[in-house]
Amino acid sequence: MSVKTGDALAPLRWPHAIRPLRVGRFSVRLEVRAAVLTVVFLLVALAVGVWSLTVGSAGIGLSEVMSAFGGSANPGTSRVVLEWRLPRVVFALLAGAALAIGGAVFQSITRNPLGSPDIIGFSSGAYTGALLVGILATGSTWSISAGALAGGLLTGVAVYLLAFRQGIAAARIVVVGVGLSLFLSAFNTWLLTTMRLEQAISAASWGAGSLADIGWGQTIPVLIGMALCVPVVLWFAADMRMLEMGDDAGRAVGVPAERVRIVLLLMGVLLVALVTAAAGPIAFVALAAPQLAMRLAGTPGVRIVPAAVFGALLLVVSDLIARTVIAPVQLPVGVVTLCLGGAYLVWLLATAGRRAR
Amino acid sequence: MTTPALVTGPAPASTGAGRKAAAVIVGVVLLAGLTVASIFIGSGNITAAQVWAALDTDSGSTTDLLVRDFRVPRTLLAIVVGIALGLAGAIIQPLTRNPLADPGILGVNAGAYCAVVLAATFLGSAVDLTLVSCSLAGALVAALIVYGVGNTGPAGGTPTKLVLTGVALGAVLSGVAFAVTLTRPEVFDKIRFWSAGSLQGRQFDTLWAVLPFIAAGVVIALFMPRALNALSLGDDLAVALGSRPGVTKAAGIVAVTLLCGAATAAAGPIAFVGLMVPHALRSIVGPDQRWIMPLALLAAPILLLSADIIGRVVVSSELPVGVVTAFLGAPVLIALTRRKGARGL
Amino acid sequence: MNAPLNTPARLAAHALCTGYGERQIITDLDVRVPDGSFTVIIGPNGCGKSTLLRSLVRLITPTSGAVLLDGADIARTRSKLLAQQIGLLPQASIAPEGITVIDLVSRGRHPHQSALRRWSKHDEQAVQEALARTRLTDLTTRAVDELSGGQRQRVWIAMALAQETPILLLDEPTTYLDISHQIDVLDLCTSLQREGRTLVAVLHDLNQAARYATHLIVLQAGRIVAEGPPAAVVTAELVGQVFGVAARVIPDPETGSPLIIPHAPVFT
Repeated sequence: MSVKTGDALAPLRWPHAIRPLRVGRFSVRLEVRAAVLTVVFLLVALAVGVWSLTVGSAGIGLSEVMSAFGGSANPGTSRVVLEWRLPRVVFALLAGAALAIGGAVFQSITRNPLGSPDIIGFSSGAYTGALLVGILATGSTWSISAGALAGGLLTGVAVYLLAFRQGIAAARIVVVGVGLSLFLSAFNTWLLTTMRLEQAISAASWGAGSLADIGWGQTIPVLIGMALCVPVVLWFAADMRMLEMGDDAGRAVGVPAERVRIVLLLMGVLLVALVTAAAGPIAFVALAAPQLAMRLAGTPGVRIVPAAVFGALLLVVSDLIARTVIAPVQLPVGVVTLCLGGAYLVWLLATAGRRAR
Repeated sequence: MTTPALVTGPAPASTGAGRKAAAVIVGVVLLAGLTVASIFIGSGNITAAQVWAALDTDSGSTTDLLVRDFRVPRTLLAIVVGIALGLAGAIIQPLTRNPLADPGILGVNAGAYCAVVLAATFLGSAVDLTLVSCSLAGALVAALIVYGVGNTGPAGGTPTKLVLTGVALGAVLSGVAFAVTLTRPEVFDKIRFWSAGSLQGRQFDTLWAVLPFIAAGVVIALFMPRALNALSLGDDLAVALGSRPGVTKAAGIVAVTLLCGAATAAAGPIAFVGLMVPHALRSIVGPDQRWIMPLALLAAPILLLSADIIGRVVVSSELPVGVVTAFLGAPVLIALTRRKGARGL
Repeated sequence: MNAPLNTPARLAAHALCTGYGERQIITDLDVRVPDGSFTVIIGPNGCGKSTLLRSLVRLITPTSGAVLLDGADIARTRSKLLAQQIGLLPQASIAPEGITVIDLVSRGRHPHQSALRRWSKHDEQAVQEALARTRLTDLTTRAVDELSGGQRQRVWIAMALAQETPILLLDEPTTYLDISHQIDVLDLCTSLQREGRTLVAVLHDLNQAARYATHLIVLQAGRIVAEGPPAAVVTAELVGQVFGVAARVIPDPETGSPLIIPHAPVFT
């Protein structure tokens, strides 16, 4: 099985999907299909975003939207576009990306396509935080958001502490997260029974996730949070991929497994908690976006940037549907993502079953 | 191929007849005691003497009504639902070779619950034959999906995968149910007291509606212990021992559907009973299903009655029994994954 | 009993105690891996051979004592630097679904890559050589999960080779392979060793260990009971004492290395 050194080595044959790229001292192996699809998703997401700026009861067309951006529209139109609709669209894009990144990180670390923050307890925890604040305090939007953020983060810490036993094994994170999620769900259900009916209904609606009250006050913090967390995730993305081969193989190629996992989990929890604090728990974007992006791009594992862009697309489309499908009534966006996500889940389970035979 | 060990921890020192006999006697005594306690304890200050009087004759007073038409059926229902969930868990764990399996965790109860919510919204919410049938249908669909999918993959899939599949499915189904209730406030109001699993306000009509199904499930279940013992060794080994895994699995799914569908129709989705009871029994009498399943007939109602009584006593506004079982069960689940002996996850 | 102190040994362990939880598997072990050797660790089941190997590459933290590389405690070395010196072929790795051979082998270059330099000319050369040595050049675009067991093992070996480490550890590299693949792997190890690399492998087959190793370490119950060249170490007494097998040891007709032949059973 040896080759005498000195034999000419055959040039490497790459599959269609991957092309090495060298520009000066910067070099990378580009996953071509993934890169192309990312650009396409991004353009479509932006287009849908701009389109949804024209949708709504105020009857504003595309040219008026453009003039609102240019500053030359009348004050009423400007206000509708720039203060009401634009933050909501921007939030949908950012939040979709943030949720998808959180989902991608968790799925990679737990080595399971279902290992998503909405299943492993963080959504339940954020909801608990919000409910507690709503019951104990009078519940202004700020305090409810703070409660949700704290709830999500504390759940993250709890899962970590409970799963930690000479290191955090992928399977343990999942089971501990599930246990905590069921515990918190039961607690949340009880909290709902202690409220008056109207209060309970509004709390429950919050629990479905909605972008109806999103303004710049909610969008800017998410933007700042992402500006801090996403670069960290990207920095560790290669290490994260190595760990997918197993702890031993990952450490064999020099990945400090524990440290990388903790940092990435923290970033994932933060991203999800930030979005949940602002809009309530939005189901299934974190679960479905990374997996769908992976399948469409044909990559052997979740990829952060394609997932983020697909998540943005998914959420902005869902919000559009939520606003228009039974207009003028607005559905909570979480209901739309739940249906889309549910359909995806059923399809995933069906094909997983078939593939395994 | 390794099958995950169901014995999570050292085997009990002596699983001799003495220990088992003691377990039975203690169980019977505890169950009797709790049954009595459940009738005597509750909200609304009713003295012991009044309870006796109410049980004796029905004089039509509100106290008598409370005792005869609410507490007694509630107690009986707790026993019946407890038996159903405990047996379902005792079947599911060897059936899926998964020490973490529980009909609540695996989404079977969520399937039943979703079907019930849909039925209640569109067909009216009395606990009658229609409702129970819908509940059974929901439980069956969920059980088939989770079992069929979660168990595929090399060596039948890992316990973690099964749990995740069940939880994901449960999340979808609960979410759908929840979204439906948001459109109907009256249904929402009824449902929110029920969606964590609650025995409050359940009367004899509920009991009679679900009893036949649970009884059928219990009968099927009590024929299965031998086959389940063989099955937990692996399909191949089971066949070598003369068992028929296919038949066992089918029977298991039918039994679980009957038991969980009926239990959820009566009391809403209650989780963790099916998880805790088999594990507790295993640490007392060992992993033999021929002892675990009959003893579950005692242990599970003990657990559920205790949870129900705790829920009535500990907070001024009642804690639904499903919340109490979750408070008790989630730490148990977490502790199980942290145990040294818990390999193969 | 150790390798004579005048042979250079970059990788060594000193007073090593390791275990999982309260069970100490290895107690107070001193070992030096001679540079440029093909060291094989053998012993009965549960003696700690895998634990020792995994401690040498820092997959397990010792409860006391230290593993030293060039005199420095590896517990304090940066992960990437360590991975540039010591490579590992683990027992069970997971190939991400659908990954191609070349993509997986390229991951072996991770310790040498930085944020901006993800695919240098050197990376490309290293992967080319690794693929050529494991005869995978024609299979680069195939998906790893479509390959046979023997081919898949070669892919993992190629990934470890692409890492270009002077020291390479292999955890039971021949398990589940058929005989021709086992010999392939072991012959590759020998040629790597002849080029100057230091190899440490855990093998369960005594005869293979005796035939291919240049330096043998025999473990029993977490302690080294014999160490040295196979011809000196493998005796009938050792086989009986450590493995509980009555056997005789003769020189291998092909290589002259010790060949263990268990006594024939007597049926009455």
